[in-house]
Amino acid sequence: MIEVTDLHKGFGGTKILKGISTTFEQGKTNLIIGTSGSGKTVFLKCLLGLYGPEEGSISYDGKKYNGLSDDEKRDLRQQMGMVFQGSALFDSMTVAENVRFPLEMFTRQSNSEMDDRVNEVLKRVNLEGADNKLPSQISGGMQKRVAIARAIVTNPKYLFCDEPNSGLDPKTAIVIDNLIKELTEEFNITTVINTHDMNSVMEIGEKIVFLKNGYLEWEADKTQIFKTDNEAVTDFVYSSNLFKKVREAQLKGL
Amino acid sequence: MTKRKVLWKLIIKEVDDLITSSLGIVAFISFFIGAVVAIQTALNLTDPLIPKELIGFASRQSVILEFAPTFISVIMAGKVGSFITSSIGTMRVTEQIDALEVMGINSLNYLVFPKIIALLVYPFLIAIAMFLGIFGGYVAGVYGGFVSSEEFMTGVREEFIPFHLIYSFLKTFIFAFLLATIPSFHGYYMKGGALEVGKASTTSFVWTTVAIIIVNYVITQILLS
Repeated sequence: MIEVTDLHKGFGGTKILKGISTTFEQGKTNLIIGTSGSGKTVFLKCLLGLYGPEEGSISYDGKKYNGLSDDEKRDLRQQMGMVFQGSALFDSMTVAENVRFPLEMFTRQSNSEMDDRVNEVLKRVNLEGADNKLPSQISGGMQKRVAIARAIVTNPKYLFCDEPNSGLDPKTAIVIDNLIKELTEEFNITTVINTHDMNSVMEIGEKIVFLKNGYLEWEADKTQIFKTDNEAVTDFVYSSNLFKKVREAQLKGL
Repeated sequence: MTKRKVLWKLIIKEVDDLITSSLGIVAFISFFIGAVVAIQTALNLTDPLIPKELIGFASRQSVILEFAPTFISVIMAGKVGSFITSSIGTMRVTEQIDALEVMGINSLNYLVFPKIIALLVYPFLIAIAMFLGIFGGYVAGVYGGFVSSEEFMTGVREEFIPFHLIYSFLKTFIFAFLLATIPSFHGYYMKGGALEVGKASTTSFVWTTVAIIIVNYVITQILLS
């Protein structure tokens, strides 16, 4: 579980995050949503420890990040997996080398043990046979799956995803979303996903955290998103034509 | 902490990318510049009292003292320096450096340290440049009919001061450090997108060249004057 308490963060005098407090539960897909510029990415980078908070704190299973030594912070980061928006695969390495990389860096496994683990994870994300290809030789959807495989290969306790299905066609996006949800449940990971895709919210969201202008505007269970009176949330949800039409139909009693 | 096995692989890869891949261009330039130095010297020897051995002597001195360590380093600032800046800069733009940080890896150490170690091999490249530069002078001088083989070789051996080699390799080591660090700095700390990667590569070439020229002047002033 990740607990965020009164988190503030800014750059060059501009406040980006303004007193965010929330929790992200283990074994659930927690979604951070909001419009562009609402502070989602900065929030996610604070959760990853890439940005230190100006005020407030973030605790990982009871351990406050601010109070950790550099070695402890490094150990904690090794328990985190991250799927970047652009996949961030190492382009000089093959698919298998990318997935193997965290194992080589952080485990004392033998070569055969690492090979077995890489094959197991690649099989889990349906990428058998692509192990010798370079990232530039595979599709965007496959790159995302490699990024997920790399993120989970060391059995992380926390999985973070920054807009994991951006730039993907709707069908592939659903495959990626479902894969993340399955892995979250299968390995009991605390998953935090940054998205502005309402399809993802409906497909895999459990807890939803809505940011607006750096404030936590609203948070609740996914089922509450269509019942809330919060204007900012309804504006965001019904900015999608599909959901707008569903809403109009609901109001007309159809 | 980068694991020893991974670090070793990275160093080997960097040696291949930075040194081995530069062998061809360094050999090509060294040979022909050495040849041109010999021809220019020969063409300017209009006084019959000046011995022809001077062609070999001038080739050796210019190649060992300046051409091989300094001129090749400026060329390497363009070739290797741009490569380092653009590869690290692209990793920054595509969040690969963030990915390393998230994994708990010291990205600066992971990306720059192997390059510094790999460039310790750089003096070998300069030694090859020295040999080929003098060999180019020999070929152009002898086969161009400017000097006999014996005269050229006598000139090459004449008044040889071993300290010149120490001076030359000492500054080569310092240039190697500059070649690894300045382009890495410009790549690692760049901000922006693909356009900025190009701009950072150009800036890194300019600053590496400026640093090499200034350091060359300072070392020469200290050690040879």
